[in-house]
Amino acid sequence: MTSGPVILEMRAITKLFPGVRALDEVSMTVAAGEIHAICGENGAGKSTLMKVLSGVYPHGTYEGQIIYQGEEVRFKDINASEHAGIVIIHQELALIPELSITENIFLGNEVRGRFGIDWDEARRRAVELLARVGLRESPDEIIKNIGVGKQQLVEIAKALSKDVKLLILDEPTAALNEDDSQHLLDLLRGLRSKGMTCIMISHKLNEIEAIADSITIIRDGKSVETLDVAGGGINEDRIIRGMVGRSLESRFPDHTPKIGEKFFEVHDWTVEHPLVPGRLVCKNSDFFVRRGEIVGFAGIMGAGRTELARSIFGRSYGRFLRGTVKINGEEVNLHTVQQAIDHKIAYVPEDRKALGLNLLDSIEETIIASGLNKITRYGVIDPDAGHAAAESYRTSLNIRTPSVAQGVAKLSGGNQQKVLLGKWMFPDPDLLILDEPTRGIDVGAKYEIYGLIQRLANEGKGVIVISSELPELLGLADRIYTIFEGAITGVVEKEDATQENLMRLMTGSSSAQAS
Amino acid sequence: MKEAFKQLLGGGIRQFGMVIALVALLVFFQWRTDGKVLTPTNAQNIINGNSYILILAVGMVLVIIAGHIDLSVGSVAAVTGIVVALAIRDWGISWWVGVLLGLGVGLVIGMWQGMWVAYVGIPGFITTLAGMLIFRGAQQVIGKSNSVPVPEGIQKMGSGYLPEWGPNTGLNNSTLLLGILAIAFIIWSALRQVAKIRRNNLQDVAPMAVILRAVILSAVVAYLTYLFGSGRSGTSFPISGCILLVLVIVYSFVANRTIIGRHVYAVGGNRSAAALSGVNIKRVNFFVMANMAVLAALAGIVFTGRSTSSGPSDGVGWELDAIAAVFIGGAAVSGGVGTVVGSVIGGLVMAVLNNGLALLGVGSGQTQIIKGLVLLAAVAFDVYNKVQGRPSIFGLIFKGKNKRAEELVSESNEESASVAVADGETAARG
Repeated sequence: MTSGPVILEMRAITKLFPGVRALDEVSMTVAAGEIHAICGENGAGKSTLMKVLSGVYPHGTYEGQIIYQGEEVRFKDINASEHAGIVIIHQELALIPELSITENIFLGNEVRGRFGIDWDEARRRAVELLARVGLRESPDEIIKNIGVGKQQLVEIAKALSKDVKLLILDEPTAALNEDDSQHLLDLLRGLRSKGMTCIMISHKLNEIEAIADSITIIRDGKSVETLDVAGGGINEDRIIRGMVGRSLESRFPDHTPKIGEKFFEVHDWTVEHPLVPGRLVCKNSDFFVRRGEIVGFAGIMGAGRTELARSIFGRSYGRFLRGTVKINGEEVNLHTVQQAIDHKIAYVPEDRKALGLNLLDSIEETIIASGLNKITRYGVIDPDAGHAAAESYRTSLNIRTPSVAQGVAKLSGGNQQKVLLGKWMFPDPDLLILDEPTRGIDVGAKYEIYGLIQRLANEGKGVIVISSELPELLGLADRIYTIFEGAITGVVEKEDATQENLMRLMTGSSSAQAS
Repeated sequence: MKEAFKQLLGGGIRQFGMVIALVALLVFFQWRTDGKVLTPTNAQNIINGNSYILILAVGMVLVIIAGHIDLSVGSVAAVTGIVVALAIRDWGISWWVGVLLGLGVGLVIGMWQGMWVAYVGIPGFITTLAGMLIFRGAQQVIGKSNSVPVPEGIQKMGSGYLPEWGPNTGLNNSTLLLGILAIAFIIWSALRQVAKIRRNNLQDVAPMAVILRAVILSAVVAYLTYLFGSGRSGTSFPISGCILLVLVIVYSFVANRTIIGRHVYAVGGNRSAAALSGVNIKRVNFFVMANMAVLAALAGIVFTGRSTSSGPSDGVGWELDAIAAVFIGGAAVSGGVGTVVGSVIGGLVMAVLNNGLALLGVGSGQTQIIKGLVLLAAVAFDVYNKVQGRPSIFGLIFKGKNKRAEELVSESNEESASVAVADGETAARG
């Protein structure tokens, strides 16, 4: 390790959200001129920590101290942190597709001339910056005409233009292919050799192993340990052990699965990204579900689990290339969401607010929304039948609200999730796909949701649970498929599943082929 | 106190506010004009002179709930008017065939615009801005910028009255019958609701509130029956008002009790969630645009009836009046919110403002300024209410502890939710 002087020290950072302790006395120390990786499962608190550092969560909304270049800093917003030389590059690129490279680089930081913007000077500096990041493109090229990998480089050039001292990259290679990733890692090495300090969040352990000087591992909002890679002895297994090393509490209701015959089969499912031609989000996926079975889909964020589920659910995501779905041995057409619903498939999305709920609706309106046919006679909706249905779900799902006329926007996350489950139980599906069913809800509500999932399975329905929390899948699922970069990389029976072997399969780790 | 008010109205606070505003305006103008507003003749004039805008508002509210806008309605109304007038004059068809033809023209235009909006994906604003030009031009080409008279049948639709018959009751008997039927319906539905409350043992609505509401509504209807029925002989509740009434009932029913109606709200409220719930978004968009043009055609026909001919400047600026009515009536600019009844009330607020200010001798310039301010205030009221963590206007008026507590709960939910999304940036990333 190049143990330079300490450039950044975060001391006992605690960040509370209502009902959630997102960060609990997290500390980390970054030496100048190193590449420091932050590892942890989804939801461990990595992004929150970086948002604290970059001023997205301003001083005063968290506890703890940030010491930067020997002084305590209190950023009130992103501008303040950028001014100090801390620049964050988010996972979703923040470039304007219709503007040129030069315009994007200097957006918000325009080169002033005597009369307005000095475009000649801006273009000259852009050329310099592009050379520094090794991007051979005209500075006048429009962003949308260059690939994602090059866009990532433009982001870095933009950061360099701000006289950055500490560069934070959040999953920089998540959207890149192998070559582009390699190029990016080389660039980071180059920047390091010129004295730049980088903090990098990544799920790709092989990359971290290859490039990082030290690694801070965060688990459940706490900093667990810091590994010194340069010191040797650190490999992927060691990192995985740190990431998942928590004891599995008994937070699942007792359940004896009653698994029946295979009824839902997907074969050779291949889907292209809706905007990026040639990028496959599902690659030749094969899987099946049996009656009464809870099937888990494990994978890191962006692995393609949601894409797989949504493309099957009436092709509501991506561009379908090929693949077949068989229900009870017969091939079915699932071209529209309505057809999927008619074939008794339900999909409960991960993002409740954006995709699941109409926040203007009441509980009752939400629950009946996917099953209006069921309460319609002669083309007229029977509000009494709808009310009765909503009431019965309020009781059976234990939705805590005085009335089903209550707006869903006012419910807690757990209750919203129950309402959504009710909405999709109402059409009486045979297969339920639950995408991150317990994201952002508290432990008590999680327990109830697990119970509901098991109840659905006991009724003979097939349930697919997509989850980023491995303990959840281990506790709940009868069988777990792992997905990495759009491909199903393995299937593990409940008895054989451990966090370590799943993590290997879902990070595409080389030592995974054993299973 | 606030709860009691809410229950009394049984609907949104917003609509309640507009009803109050309407009543307050009527009382104010009645006082300032020494009783010239609430006379049979003036009331009939308000209905006859605004029914075509209110008909447009009925269609426009669905368009706006679905998250679009329709700027072409005035031009569509105008082109329909000239087609109907010319067809009847030159082809010698009877007036009702002409009306059907006009509705057909509206349907074809609506399908044209619906196609662009729903299936090509051009925003409604652009499609109908183009439509505004196209159909205005078509009207001038077809009509050669002349005025063409319409026959008596259509004139009746725009300015006629219900017939006089039966014994002398001192009121117009058609109006009386209408009023009696309306009151009977109000009482019947109130009794049904009370029975439902008893049967399901609902806690959130008090039966007394339902009954009280029915009594107040009945009193209002009785008064309106008297107002419209007691005019000079030969006048009554206008036929255009009857057309409007039928539309309000039918479209309220469509909006609340049919699948397509609920889907319109779903698309406007959260498009992605609606798509993932099996709603055919294209079909919904096509429906609202096509429907709007049919109603615009009807409005055009009613207007030619009122002005006895179809002229080149018919329909100019109507779209703005209709849109204003819808927003004053509580629809949200972002879609998903709005009611048919609210929009008609919003339109009536504008109509009464126009009428009352005219009776007071206020100039048209000032009138427009006042109308603009009213529109701004009504929408500002909505926006203000929507910002979380602020007590609503009602909360300010009826300060109470429970209200504040409720506010705090919703505030904290809002916070944690936005964090969940921001933290994961999860949508469709899997």
